[in-house]
Amino acid sequence: MRYMLLQAYGGVELEGCVSMDQWDPKDVQAHIEFQHTLNAELLQRGELVDAQGLAGPDQAKVVVSDGTAVKVIDGPYPESKELLAGYRLVDVDSLDRALEIAAQSSAAPGPGGVAIRQQIEVRQVLGAPEPEV
Amino acid sequence: MTGPDVEGLLRELAPRALGAVVRRYGDFSGAEDAVQEALLAAAQQWPGDLPTNPLGWLVTVASRRFVDEVRANDARRRREDAVALLDVPVDAVETDDSLVLLFLCCHDALSPTLAIPLTLRAVGGLTTREIAAAYLVPEATMAQRISRAKAKLRGERFALPDDPAARLRSVLEVLYLLFNEGYATSSGPDLARTDLSGEAIRLARLLHAQLPEDAEVAGLLALMLLTDARRPARTTAAGELVPLAEQDRSRWDRARITEATLLLSTSLRRRQVGEYQLLASIAALHDQAPSDAQTPWTDIASLYGLLERMTGNPVVTLNRAVAVSRVEGPQAGLALLADLGLDTHRLDAVRAHLLEEAGDTGAAADAYRRAAARATNVRERDYLTLRAAATGR
Repeated sequence: MRYMLLQAYGGVELEGCVSMDQWDPKDVQAHIEFQHTLNAELLQRGELVDAQGLAGPDQAKVVVSDGTAVKVIDGPYPESKELLAGYRLVDVDSLDRALEIAAQSSAAPGPGGVAIRQQIEVRQVLGAPEPEV
Repeated sequence: MTGPDVEGLLRELAPRALGAVVRRYGDFSGAEDAVQEALLAAAQQWPGDLPTNPLGWLVTVASRRFVDEVRANDARRRREDAVALLDVPVDAVETDDSLVLLFLCCHDALSPTLAIPLTLRAVGGLTTREIAAAYLVPEATMAQRISRAKAKLRGERFALPDDPAARLRSVLEVLYLLFNEGYATSSGPDLARTDLSGEAIRLARLLHAQLPEDAEVAGLLALMLLTDARRPARTTAAGELVPLAEQDRSRWDRARITEATLLLSTSLRRRQVGEYQLLASIAALHDQAPSDAQTPWTDIASLYGLLERMTGNPVVTLNRAVAVSRVEGPQAGLALLADLGLDTHRLDAVRAHLLEEAGDTGAAADAYRRAAARATNVRERDYLTLRAAATGR
């Protein structure tokens, strides 16, 4: 089963957590290493399909068209906290395992090594229909 | 005992087999598909049973596949679909068409996103699966991209171009882009990616072997080798980027540096200075410097000055500003950046670095933050965020 673990710019539940560029550099380093290690672990277990970060919200654009007229709206957006920051796509045996990975990723270390409690949205990727018997 | 290097042999023979099949049937697209199938078959059969005439084997098997394919299709449709090339001379199998193929695949009618995969397959002998893995796209997507590239070449001549100098420029550009794609691994964490930089070097070697007199071809090959020599020191075990100044120079590949330096000094003696030789000369000065402090920044700044006059490229000015700042101090570098019309996060990254050097940590942190927000590469973004954190305290 494939699950998409989504992470938005907002959604950090650790109170008073400022943005990463204001942390102690050691904490930034630890956070980056944590993400690398988690990906390496998932790769080793044969569960990682893809992990990507997306470019920042001020480069985001929203496009709307009725087939002729095209409207392109440039960022940044007031609701940029809702914008997707990155995702992990995992292929696992069960929903439980996907939740376990999400929990691990949510507890990424922040300032002083305290878990930032990042909200992780877990969504199953729809597959092909089962073969009929 | 190890068996013969079948993979290496196949990759070497791929463009020659393709040239022979194209000459025989005139249909580049069909011939290219047929050779790809022959290569896949050979990869399975050769390790246990290497034919006495490997090139002949590939040409025979590919020709058979080609004819089967034509028969299997409705003849009329086939004729419409065929990507026929014009003026295809019939010749012996022994002719090496690698150069003709390289010119064809790096045609300036193709955007690099089309030219690169086609070159990797037709000249580099890589399989569609390997190319797809390198670009992290599904195999079917890559196969379509290659078909689209071939369709655009319909009606091209299968011969060396009349204006080789102009066309060579786009060959060099495609190979350099391919090299940089591999070097930057711009699409995030390294999964199992084919070594694109290694492929670019291999193709540049092939081109250099075909055109040994061309100074810019040698310059490009030297540039690739000199840059690639630093690869072992460029990232930490955790995958973070290590800037040139902080790299452990004992981990640089000395053999590559020596080879490239010889290549470059031979080409410079031809007195046909061009962009790639200048870039290679700069890379060579870095690679030969025992430490960052002992880097000859004055020479590097003047080489960038030459390059700036030759190309008018603002990215060159950005690099010159860095070199100038090492000689005359950060303010001199910042002055060069003052009204640079360049819309990239690199401008902010360099400005941030110079502001930090100048002791203006507040402004440096802001610039690092701006650069990180616009970075298009995970490693660079991590690095810039780290610098923003370090200077903003």
